[in-house]
Parts: sequence; C-alpha cells; structure tokens
Amino acid sequence: MTTSAPTPSTATPPAPSPQAITARRVSSGTTATRALGIATVVAMAWLVAFGLGFSPADRDQEEAVRIMYVHVPTVWLAYLAFTVTAVCSGLYTFSRQHSLGFDRFAGASAEIGVVFMALTLVTGSLWGKITWGVFWQWDARLTTTALLFVSYIGYLAVRGLGGGHHQRAKRSAVIGLLAVMEIPLVHWSVRMWRVGHQEATVADPSGDVKMDGLMLFSLFVGVVAFTLLYIWLLLHRSRSLAMADRLDDHGLDRALAARRSEGITS
Amino acid sequence: MNGRWRIARLVAAKDLRIERRSKIVTNQVLPFAAVTMVMFAFALDASNLLERVAPGLVWLATMFSLLILVQRSFAVEMSDGALDALRVAGVDPVAIFWGKSIALAAELAVLQVVLVIAAVVLYGADLRVGGVVLLVTTVVLATCGLAAVGTLYGGLTAGFTGRETLLPLLVLPVVAPVLIGATRAMESALGTGGAVVSDGWPWIGLLAVFAVAFCAGGALAFGPLIEEAS
Repeated sequence: MTTSAPTPSTATPPAPSPQAITARRVSSGTTATRALGIATVVAMAWLVAFGLGFSPADRDQEEAVRIMYVHVPTVWLAYLAFTVTAVCSGLYTFSRQHSLGFDRFAGASAEIGVVFMALTLVTGSLWGKITWGVFWQWDARLTTTALLFVSYIGYLAVRGLGGGHHQRAKRSAVIGLLAVMEIPLVHWSVRMWRVGHQEATVADPSGDVKMDGLMLFSLFVGVVAFTLLYIWLLLHRSRSLAMADRLDDHGLDRALAARRSEGITS
Repeated sequence: MNGRWRIARLVAAKDLRIERRSKIVTNQVLPFAAVTMVMFAFALDASNLLERVAPGLVWLATMFSLLILVQRSFAVEMSDGALDALRVAGVDPVAIFWGKSIALAAELAVLQVVLVIAAVVLYGADLRVGGVVLLVTTVVLATCGLAAVGTLYGGLTAGFTGRETLLPLLVLPVVAPVLIGATRAMESALGTGGAVVSDGWPWIGLLAVFAVAFCAGGALAFGPLIEEAS
C-alpha cells in the first residue's frame, strides 16, 4: 500500500518489492512527458526573460503590464481546461464503453483549470489594484469568471464524494455537462445586470490595444509556455489518477498477498 | 407520458402530505425565512435603504431557505431507504424528479408569499396594481427554476456524508442568474427606486429560459444520478 508514485523527474528504477513487481507502471513519467517537461521549463525560462527583461514597460500601465504575460495565458488555458473537461464528460457519457480514461482526463483538466483560474484572479486583481486603483470591479467578464471558478471548485468536490469509479465518473460527468448549460446563462445574466451600470471603461488587456511587437511576442511566449505546462500537468495528473484508481481496486489484495508471502518465507 | 405524469403527481402529493403532517416547513423553514428578513434589517439599518434593497433581500432569503428545503426534501427520501425503495419498485426517475420538483415549487411559492408580505410590512415596499402581473410571473418562473435546480442537486448529493456543506457550494453559483433576474424583475414590479414595469419583462425572458433549461436538463440527468447513489 506504500507505493506512492515517485516524482516524474526521477528516473531511478523502483526497488523490487512485491508491490513494485506486480505494478504495471510506478512512475507517471514517460520519455515523451520528460521531453515535454524539459520543453516547459525552457519555455518558462524564455517567458521570464522576455516578460521581465526584454519587453519594454508600457506607456500607461508602466511595469504592471508584465502581469499580463501570466494573466492572459492562464485565463485562456483555464477556459481551454474547462472545455476539455466538458468534452471528456460528454465522451464518457455518450461513448459506448464508458471509458474511465475520459473521466480521469476530465478531472485532471478541471483541477488544472481551477489552479490556472485562481492564478488569473490573483494576477488580475493585483493588476487592477495598480491600474484601476481597486482589486475588483463588478464587470461582467470578471463576475462570470469568479462564478465559474466557484462552480468548478464544486465540481472537484463532487468528484471527491466517494463511491465506485463509475459512480464518480457518471456523477461528475453530469455536473461537467450541466456546467456547459450553466455558463452561458450565468454570463448572459451578469452581462444584462451590468448594462446601464457602467460602460466598458476598462482598457482591454487582452487585445484591442495597439501592442508593441516585443510585447505581443512575450505574450505569445507566455501562451506557448503555459500550454506546454497544461499538457504536461494533464498527462501526469491523469496518469496519477489512474494509479490512484488502481490502488483502490487492487491495493488491498496486493498488500494481503505481500503479507502472506512474508509469512511463508520467514 | 400519462402514467409518468400520474406518478409525478403521486410523488408530489406524498411529499406535501409528509410536510403537512410533520409541519417542518411551517414551523421551521418559514420562521427561519422571517427571522432572516429581520436580521437583514438589523444589518442594513436605514429605512430608505431597506426599501431600496427589499427585492434583493426577498430573493436572498429565498435562496437560503431553498437550501434548507432541499435538504429536508431529500432527508425524507434517505430515511428508511425510501428512495432506494422507489427505485427498486421501478418508479420512473423522471416522474420522481417532476414530483419532487412540484412539491418543492409549492413550498417555495408559500415561502414567497410570506417573504413578500414581510417585505411590505417590515421594509415598507409598495405593491402596485400595474405590477401585479409582473410580480406573479416572476415568482412563478423563478420558483420553477429554483425547484428544478434544487431537486437536481439535492438528488446528486443525497446519501453522501458532507452533503449539507456541499449543497450550498453547488447550488448558489447555479442559481445566480435567478437571483439577478428575479431581483431586477421584482424591482420593476414594485417600482423600487423609480423602476418602471416595462423594464422588468426582459428579465422574465431570462427566468423562463433558466426554468425550461433546468426542468429539461434535470429530467434527463436525474435518472443517471440517483441510479447509482448508495
């Protein structure tokens, strides 16, 4: 029961314990994910170099513009992650095999999405404090994002309710699909709510503004770096979820067998 | 379809009969809603402010009471394995969903009447003749949407430890559109802050779409959700 997955970066072969011999894969890393991990680190180093070093400060926002190189990629990736969750929930529900692989991808993607969205909200409110003077504005886009964030925390809580794997998968797939219905409703209502209260006075940080070439390139580096990070985390997380499921299925049997074999040899 | 509707009515009648006999709704949930309205008055102690925010407070109190009503609605099903018994008996899950939603909607409607009266008496909100149609439409549509969402998520969390804490987290973000839409529509109906009645009707569209979406989505999703609940 003690075979926890070693960190993906360590390539050391596992000790030949009875558990490890029978386990099909102990590390969640493969050659492909290791290459991807290295690419992610390189891209992140690039992002640091361009975001903090090479790109110029903005005329209006000054140094605060550098927050954008994290803020914009994380929000895009968070929305992509939630889309992946919805698609995988649909694939699980409507495919004939009801493959748990889709369920684990949905769960892993939602976890990463929540983390990225938290990053988005934190960096966005810091940027807002510097640029607008307030941490938060009741703007339609911000409010929708915050509600979405809370909804997916709820989704993850539903995944943690317990029960069998297929029970978990079915339940969370329903929530994942309901979110698709819920998001447009929330967005529509929040947008209607803000009409007449305030016009879009906010300088759009994600586009529209004429951007310096180097700034645009830094933003592009950010998107590439965070996309690589997302894929890397998604692969590892879905594999570690698969291991956790396997541990649930066979862990007890295997531990019992190990204890029995100890009894015979000694 | 006919049989399904008949079963739904039976389930609703069963739920309402239980509530009539146990008197939990009348003796606990309605007083809770009333005391919430009094607490709001303590927190926002300025008479003209209370009149201004009365519609929002009515719906906020509704949301909190909804959570309690949903817990109650499924606590009844969980005791003695009543929901399992219904399933084993081969009762159509869609009919169970509709039945429980109807019962919940009836309870919410009673709650709404009490809350609107409380707003008039305690906060000095004005009922006006021109806004009555809008007010009734708002209450009916919002109640349908809330009942469907409540039943759906109540069924999802029923039978799990920690459901009391999980339900608010799941339900409140989902019903945010109802809170926004119903508050604005009620402001128009009551003429809060000089709002005119015609401003309220676009919000009715939102409430209607919400109610239809969750009544349909809930009916589809409820079966798979309770099928494997333990």
